[in-house]
Amino acid sequence: MSPVKTSSGGEAGLTALAVSLRGVTKTYDNGVMALGPIDLAVRKGEFISLLGPSGCGKSTALRLIAGLSAPSSGTVRVARHRGEVQPGHGIGFVFQEPTLMPWTSVRENVRLPLKLARVSKPEARARVDEALASVGLADFADAFPRELSGGMKMRVSLARALVTDPDILLMDEPFAALDEITRFRLNNDLLALWRGLGKTIIFVTHSVFESVYLSQRVVVMTARPGRIQADIRIETVEPRGEEFRTSAAYSDYCRKVSAALAPSYSGQSTL
Amino acid sequence: MNAQATVTTRPTGAQRAMRFLLPVIVFAAGLAAWELVVRIKDIPPYVLPAPSVIFLTLIKDWAVLSQSLATTLATTLEGFVAASIGGIALALLFNQSKWVEYSLFPYAVVLQVTPVIAIAPLLLIYLEQQTAVVVCAFIVAFFPVLSNTTLGLNSVDRNLAGLFQLYGASPPQTLRLLKLPAALPYILGGLRIAGGLSLIGAVVAEIAAGTAGAGSGLAYRIAESGYRLNIPRMFAALLLLSLAGIVIYGMLALISHLVLRRWHESALGKES
Repeated sequence: MSPVKTSSGGEAGLTALAVSLRGVTKTYDNGVMALGPIDLAVRKGEFISLLGPSGCGKSTALRLIAGLSAPSSGTVRVARHRGEVQPGHGIGFVFQEPTLMPWTSVRENVRLPLKLARVSKPEARARVDEALASVGLADFADAFPRELSGGMKMRVSLARALVTDPDILLMDEPFAALDEITRFRLNNDLLALWRGLGKTIIFVTHSVFESVYLSQRVVVMTARPGRIQADIRIETVEPRGEEFRTSAAYSDYCRKVSAALAPSYSGQSTL
Repeated sequence: MNAQATVTTRPTGAQRAMRFLLPVIVFAAGLAAWELVVRIKDIPPYVLPAPSVIFLTLIKDWAVLSQSLATTLATTLEGFVAASIGGIALALLFNQSKWVEYSLFPYAVVLQVTPVIAIAPLLLIYLEQQTAVVVCAFIVAFFPVLSNTTLGLNSVDRNLAGLFQLYGASPPQTLRLLKLPAALPYILGGLRIAGGLSLIGAVVAEIAAGTAGAGSGLAYRIAESGYRLNIPRMFAALLLLSLAGIVIYGMLALISHLVLRRWHESALGKES
């Protein structure tokens, strides 16, 4: 069913790949070519951003990596840290919308992936509590989604993605709908989580500033069909914090990334 | 969402009381006018009975009428339960297989658009009378359940469906944990319509059966009283039918509210 080939690869250390796309294209049923061909390699533990204008196929790329849709050509490889894991469990996915089940509590929403995998109740409970604590929502386990603010819903969504302890976290413009203050705070929390948990994160965004602030690598994509325009490494003093956001290095990188992004927009008359 | 809430003016306590009181006052005034006209003009009860006469008939004939009420309610309940189970089950079947849907849906529509009053006499010939009456109630009530449930099952959030796929959910898990809860508000809406319709179906069938000379439901009492020019009893039976309809609707609306109040927009107050 899944087009994603799992290789429970060797423990080759830091240079081992978590995700690799080779010659991947995606053409929709209506003939529109959405993506590619693209080649992309993501190392284990890396934080990379896919940046591009809307409709450049960033989300399509993410769905291909998640196994939610199949590539029209090329290969998608996803490596897992451990040998045996059930399909899908090496990957956590955070959608643009919180995508919570409105009919049940925060706790049940976060428990869903474990429930689907038939994890025993006591074990699930401990892991749900842990995941909720990691996003700072331990006190809201019994609330219903509608009782939460937009930022809190997004945290629940993040907790749900973390509860299976995935090796790879795919995030599809998760903070795009939030106000700037909430977004900055979630950016910092996400960086802290990434440092603490050592997961591979592939983060899709259309914000230059967000991509530079968060990631070790910014992959700039062109519009229709989505191709890789530039691959820019962001190097700075870790851990990053608010002082990076106001530093000269940060604005230099933003300028560089914006310049790489400019050709993608030049063809569009809407600007 | 918050901005909207502040704009909406909340009804004050007095306004809420008026919303409840005004219809009651109108009803009482209507009854009083009716009583007055009948008394002043000295209209005989077989032309138009006064409300007081209808009320007395209700008490006097309670033994007969209550038994008929029980019969009609039992028929309605059986038709409603059959329609609910049948409608939901068929919708689930349609959801599992497009081919089944394409094959059967036109017949569901045919059953819906053919007036039940025209089907009832045929059913009464082929089926035992009590069965035929329940089948009539079922036919009228099942379509809204079917179409609403189908709509609900097709309204599942696409990203949530993707999430279930990502975590390798089995079809039964997807049905139980995603599709049915997502469809629940729609199903409850369908049931609310079906409750009233199954009463209508039961009444229609009883009237059709009554002309064939048997039965003891409320509708039969109305027909029978009509032949005997017992107009007060016709009104009393009609009153009971109307009350039964209101109670059925009220109960289903209450159940719907209790089930959905924690999460669904339709059941939330304006304050959120």
